[in-house]
Amino acid sequence: MNSTAAFVEERNPTDWQGDAMQKRIRKRYASERRFKALGLGAIILSASFLAFLLIVMVGNGFRGFTQTELPVEIDFPAMTGGASASQFEGANAVANVRTLGVRDIVNTSVQIQYGEQGTELFSAGSWQTVQSEILDNPDIVTSKATLYLPVESEIDVAYKGDGSASAEEKVAELEGKLSTGFNSNFLFNSDATDPMQVGIWGALKGSLITMFITLLIAFPVGVLSALYLEEYAPKNRFTDLIEVSINNLAAVPSIIFGLLGLAVFLNLFGLPRSAALVGGLTLALMTMPVIVISGRNAVKAVPPSIREAALGIGASQMQVVFHHVLPLALPGILTGTIIGMARALGETAPLLMIGMRAFIATPPGGIVEPATVLPVQIFLWSDEVNRGFVEKTSAAIIVLLLFLLTMNALAIYLRNRFETRW
Amino acid sequence: MTELIDNASSSESPIMTETAPPAISAGDGPLKMTTRNVDVFYGEKQAINGVSIDVTMDNVTAFIGPSGCGKSTFLRCLNRMNDTIPIAKVSGEITLEGEDIYAPSMDVVQLRARVGMVFQKPNPFPKSIYDNIAYGPRIHGLASTKDELDNIVETSLQRAGLWGEVSDRLQDSGTALSGGQQQRLCIARAIAVDPEVILMDEPCSALDPIATAKIEELIHELRGKYAIVIVTHNMQQAARVSQRTAFFHLGTLVEYGVTSDIFTNPTQEKTRDYITGRYG
Ligand SMILES: Nc1ncnc2c1ncn2[C@@H]1O[C@H](COP(=O)(O)OP(=O)(O)O)[C@@H](O)[C@H]1O
Ligand SMILES: [Mg+2]
Repeated sequence: MNSTAAFVEERNPTDWQGDAMQKRIRKRYASERRFKALGLGAIILSASFLAFLLIVMVGNGFRGFTQTELPVEIDFPAMTGGASASQFEGANAVANVRTLGVRDIVNTSVQIQYGEQGTELFSAGSWQTVQSEILDNPDIVTSKATLYLPVESEIDVAYKGDGSASAEEKVAELEGKLSTGFNSNFLFNSDATDPMQVGIWGALKGSLITMFITLLIAFPVGVLSALYLEEYAPKNRFTDLIEVSINNLAAVPSIIFGLLGLAVFLNLFGLPRSAALVGGLTLALMTMPVIVISGRNAVKAVPPSIREAALGIGASQMQVVFHHVLPLALPGILTGTIIGMARALGETAPLLMIGMRAFIATPPGGIVEPATVLPVQIFLWSDEVNRGFVEKTSAAIIVLLLFLLTMNALAIYLRNRFETRW
Repeated sequence: MTELIDNASSSESPIMTETAPPAISAGDGPLKMTTRNVDVFYGEKQAINGVSIDVTMDNVTAFIGPSGCGKSTFLRCLNRMNDTIPIAKVSGEITLEGEDIYAPSMDVVQLRARVGMVFQKPNPFPKSIYDNIAYGPRIHGLASTKDELDNIVETSLQRAGLWGEVSDRLQDSGTALSGGQQQRLCIARAIAVDPEVILMDEPCSALDPIATAKIEELIHELRGKYAIVIVTHNMQQAARVSQRTAFFHLGTLVEYGVTSDIFTNPTQEKTRDYITGRYG
């Protein structure tokens, strides 16, 4: 007792107004301000990166959704020898339109209006626009009609602003006739050699199927692993080893998963190359560790008192897990799933390894048919020499970003729905 | 995981000399649970050493003792909640209605419904008040119709003295109630599965005096309907709510007897020291 009393007497009262103390306080405030400024700076920097990306992409990509068109007058009754609208309705419509020889009809009409070399002004696939127009609107064949057909890629690029000298000349010649229309090909077609005819639908469908397979495999397996490791597995050296392995797996470069997919799914199991099934499985391998890790953290964060409460009234271990732990952990699990799936959606490298870089001109009809995905399609288009692909690449990036946003919005909606209010 | 030493003669072993269960006297009601020579180890560390206690139907039994002496550990043996701690090893004999609860034939899930538990910190599920109560009956299939379930929910809440306060907001979240209400909700949840014994581990330690008084009153009302065992660090509370008191110290049962005797006339030095506030 004596020694503490002595100590108290020796101690001077704190001088809050003293110079040293004031200086210390000022320093503290200054460092606080510095930290705030740094944080704000970091936010502004990342926001401006994002804004820059969006502006550039939308600016370039927007043109990918438009096409330059020239009017072509087609005298259907004369050209078709008097076909009736009813031929192109119902079950035989597609077969009948094929026998019609739309390509020749379009070429002849073009040559009548734009001269012998007129066909060179148009995209090679522009007759397909006419063909689908007939199928959409059969009455058109009973009269003369003026259709707007996509021009050839160089002219398209030149009209939009940055073409070659020769193309610029042609644009000047056609001044007044050229117009801009909505490029529906881009939404409904698949890959093609002519940039005027390419579309994103094949890659989009490929991505949808691939993501579906990834989610179907990675989510249940990841969640069950997380639940098992947290709620059932004994804590010993073996489970520690598994934990370390999973953590490392989440950090493995994605191309390695591609090699694994190649070795296991293609070579060992003999699954078809380029298929969405293999792509989905490979991406599932990559996504699973992310879901397991986030899932384990979410499960760990469920208060033990809830488990005790349920056990205390006689719930079995499984009832505790599925009635209480999983619902409470689900928002956290979904957060991890969003991160994992977003990464999988943007992944190119592992898919190249399993052959998903092929030229796929028809959308995949199923999980074992050759498919491509959005990022691979972007990668392939960005590699094209034809300048018409530049804007298509940006447009595809917009589609990919929209896909990503939709997926995340859905996941966030689900997460908020399952969020428990305490 | 749990070893059972079924040794009928062990109650005569030296360790038992000062911890023999008190004779059951008239008015105590039938014997509900018995424990003989219970040892609990957490890994190498012994937390409970040779404890033998009888729990009777008509009495509230209180466990008192300084913190860390093993009250919770012992209480959790009575409904095998210690099974969930991998390093916990329980040995000795514990019976419910003469049935060995650690026997392989005993269904733990059923046991925990028969021996309900209320925890130190109120732990309602983050669900509606209704679902909190209905959960137990649902998983045990105690109600076959919605009406029956409604009925169980109502009677359980009534028994826990909470019905009047929540009857018009059964769909509100259980976690939105006050601490004392939450604890009564937890008691109602335990009651809903129709237990024979209710174990309470310091049920009032997180509550204010008024909420505490309500729980104590509730314990009085529940006495006789259920065998009640309560752990408390509050000796006045033990004196107020219990008829039998067990004093634990360092994992051993020092004294067990009629509450008024323990508090007015303890036979053991340690008990006297604890009750007069010399330590603890
Ligand atoms: N899960 C556990 N693992 C290891 N030791 C434990 C565990 N729970 C309790 N103990 C130890 O057992 C002893 C008794 O604890 P407990 O039963 O909680 O005491 P009380 O409830 O009387 O305060 C203490 O020494 C404590 O450290
Ligand atoms: Mg305790």
